[in-house]
Amino acid sequence: MLSSQIKSNEIIFGSCNKDLLEEIIFYGIGLGADFVEIFIENTDNSSVLAEEDFITSVSPSFGRGAGIRIFKGQKDGFVSTNDLTKHGLMRSVSQAIEMLDITDNKREVFNGLNKHRDYSLSKTKWINEVPSIHEISEKLLVSTKSLKKNNKIITRKGSYSRNLQEVIIASSDGTYVSDIRLHQTVGLNVIASDAQYRSSGSRRFGSSGMPNEFRLWDHEKAANDVFESSMNMLYADYVDAGQMPVVLANKFGGVIFHEACGHLLETTQIERGTTPFENKLNEKIAHESVTAIDEGISEGSFGSLSVDDEGMEPEKSVLIKDGILKKFISDRAGELRTGHKRTGSGRRQNYSFAAASRMRNTYIAKGEHSKEDLINSISEGLYCKSMGGGSVGATGQFNFAVEEGYLIKNGKLTSPVKGATLIGEAKEVMPKISMCGNDLELAPGFCGSISGSVNVTVGQPHIKVDSITVGGR
Amino acid sequence: MNSREITTQISKAADFLNLKKWDYGASFSNDYSVQVDKGEAKQLKASQKQILTIRVWNQSNLVGITTTSDISESGIKKALKQANIASDFGNKNESTEFSPLAKDPIKVKEVKKRNPVGIKKLLTILRGAEVKLLESHESIKSVPYNGLSESFFERVYANSEGAFRSYSKSQAALYLYARAEEKNKKPRSSGSVKLGYGADDIDIESCIKEASNKTISHLNYSSIKTDKYLICFSPESFLTIINAFSSMFNARSIIDGVSLSNKNSIGEKLSTEALNIYDDGLHEKNISSSPFDGEGTPTKRLCLINRGRIKNFIHSESTARIFKTTPTGHAGLGSKVSVSPDWIVVEKSEENFDLKKSLDHSTYEGEFVYIEELNAIHAGVRASQGSFSLPFDGWLYKNGNKISIESATVAGDIKYLLKNIVNIESSQELTTSGISPHIWVDELSITGDA
Repeated sequence: MLSSQIKSNEIIFGSCNKDLLEEIIFYGIGLGADFVEIFIENTDNSSVLAEEDFITSVSPSFGRGAGIRIFKGQKDGFVSTNDLTKHGLMRSVSQAIEMLDITDNKREVFNGLNKHRDYSLSKTKWINEVPSIHEISEKLLVSTKSLKKNNKIITRKGSYSRNLQEVIIASSDGTYVSDIRLHQTVGLNVIASDAQYRSSGSRRFGSSGMPNEFRLWDHEKAANDVFESSMNMLYADYVDAGQMPVVLANKFGGVIFHEACGHLLETTQIERGTTPFENKLNEKIAHESVTAIDEGISEGSFGSLSVDDEGMEPEKSVLIKDGILKKFISDRAGELRTGHKRTGSGRRQNYSFAAASRMRNTYIAKGEHSKEDLINSISEGLYCKSMGGGSVGATGQFNFAVEEGYLIKNGKLTSPVKGATLIGEAKEVMPKISMCGNDLELAPGFCGSISGSVNVTVGQPHIKVDSITVGGR
Repeated sequence: MNSREITTQISKAADFLNLKKWDYGASFSNDYSVQVDKGEAKQLKASQKQILTIRVWNQSNLVGITTTSDISESGIKKALKQANIASDFGNKNESTEFSPLAKDPIKVKEVKKRNPVGIKKLLTILRGAEVKLLESHESIKSVPYNGLSESFFERVYANSEGAFRSYSKSQAALYLYARAEEKNKKPRSSGSVKLGYGADDIDIESCIKEASNKTISHLNYSSIKTDKYLICFSPESFLTIINAFSSMFNARSIIDGVSLSNKNSIGEKLSTEALNIYDDGLHEKNISSSPFDGEGTPTKRLCLINRGRIKNFIHSESTARIFKTTPTGHAGLGSKVSVSPDWIVVEKSEENFDLKKSLDHSTYEGEFVYIEELNAIHAGVRASQGSFSLPFDGWLYKNGNKISIESATVAGDIKYLLKNIVNIESSQELTTSGISPHIWVDELSITGDA
């Protein structure tokens, strides 16, 4: 008897929390909220770092917390807490209500939570199926050893991280879901040096919902790739700045579309008035060779989800079809404030962030050309084999570092060049993507924005941009 | 649980697990923030956060660590157990110990205690600031990025040898980024950030004025020819570049092989004898100051560059031991202890005879590029290689006129930049990341309209 009383006063993962969640939501609605959403999470993470031939860091962490969001009209108040007792959750609801300064007597109706949709049923064994720290350490050390291919490699690193997140989402529209998410990433980095010359190489791999994926990772292939990249760039000259055609490689080359265009198709940008595409629905915004997709359903991809952080199943959203803008990426607040229907894209880093419209797996669809077709079509330009990070300014201008670049001369790849950055604006560059290859591939990444850092996939086939500003020396 | 109770709880649980040596760092915070959109509250946020990081040493003196937000009795026990398991994988190549300075006295700045002003007042202040900024110029159409926040927190460090230190403080921040639009022109955006110990301490009027002036000053813009230019770095942009390449002074980065410096670089000449750089976390103007680092070592002022030469590196306990010196108060608690600078202060030394003192950003009439703010640091800086290629906001000064630069990047090498400093202006300016005068550098590449 005592045990059940304690349970009913605190969120317990793996148990039915329906009564307590309903009580909290009733409380918020009773105080005048139009809408109440509760997001609760329990995390179990670990990361391992291998440097040279030693494990230098093993970092486990665990935690739990709740984020409570209250809407009144188009305003919302968000409170996060580590206190998952009934008292703690009610106090958070009260705080959110107080912030919104709700004074009217209008009361919404809450008919209780729907039947529990439990997406975690087949996933509860994942925690026992993921590799142990011992197994991870051994494979990382083998990987860093594989990077030691000559004496020019002066720094070798391998890193692994695993995030296991258990979530419960309940809201006053009846939503009541649970899920378990598993993300694993592994990365390799080297620095090469010879006299005054220095270069670096890095690659990252990632998956969602696949406990065995790290075991299947081909570390030898990855090590060869990173090593070759660093060697190719070691003696590279700095690129000359200028306006020129470029070919962007597949996989992580898609980061430019993600940053420069994808973010501008999130409803948060419409809310702020910072996207040039706000009133361009069904208008041409890109070259007719461009079709772009954002989805959360590709099995195992880093940005895939069974259900988003607002309890909606993710959809496949065709954002641009043959150059025509077809859809925006939307969450609950986005639908409320801009009218664009939710797309299952409400995402957040953790309980301490309110969900926002965020990309998932975002890519340009494949075209019909080979990579060689694209390169052969350029007499003088740049081939960007590997992209680094980048950013987009408040007025839409983007800037991306090219990690591994080669000059194109008379349709052939020639010497490697370093120090290149690609500079432009989505509105101007999208119509210049004139050719898309037939070799679409995806790559994992982390995207930081209004609701924190979330796992995403970027991707594209090889693409040709007819003209772009290349920054250099 | 308060910090003394946590210490007692950890001590008891460690005894139970037969763990003789442990330390921990914890932080507890209450945060409040508001955003507005054309007078309407957009998002109002509050959070209560607690984070505990525990390290334990096993019988082989290997260290394990765990971080948790569950600071209950059971959470602490679980964290100790996990840290104990992780210690089996502790770094055998480099040992970690308690900081020898973890019990030394610390200097805690005397700051009047602030209390939360409440969400309603934050909202009122921010609404008022937004209105004033929108009214400041007809071209300013929106303030898409804005926020006012207050944070109240306590940080603690304690270890099994009896070290215990804690401090509480508050911090508030206001940011206003305006967007200006004019017919047949590209939108332009700029802004300002101000900090204070509490919302009532923030200089709101100067934040509005700065955001407005900066945004308006970029309305008249033009592209710039790709070429090499004489550059004047604003205090903020010079501090950005120094922070981006702070691995040059970082002993952890040197050991890891990702720094341009090496163990023998103390005394190496990097720049003009006129340049002094300090790390001064306890500076009276540093609102974010912390009296001790993640290992409990007291924070102090440290000279990094003296008269153009590297004077000191920043250290944690383990890097200091390797370099046969003492920790400097720059450690971050983690499985692998990180090292990072606190607050950079750039000064002109007395040995400044070789400077071109006619170069003054407010009076010089020759051609130069003024770099107001550098962007995309995470993407455009290769700290281990010394190179950078960064987009910036700034102006081209020519024939006594200035025009905003539409879109450009500045590229170069940090060692080249430091060697080519041709003037350090006399007057220092306070920024959110430190203090610096304007710095002039000859011959850096700008990519603009090719």
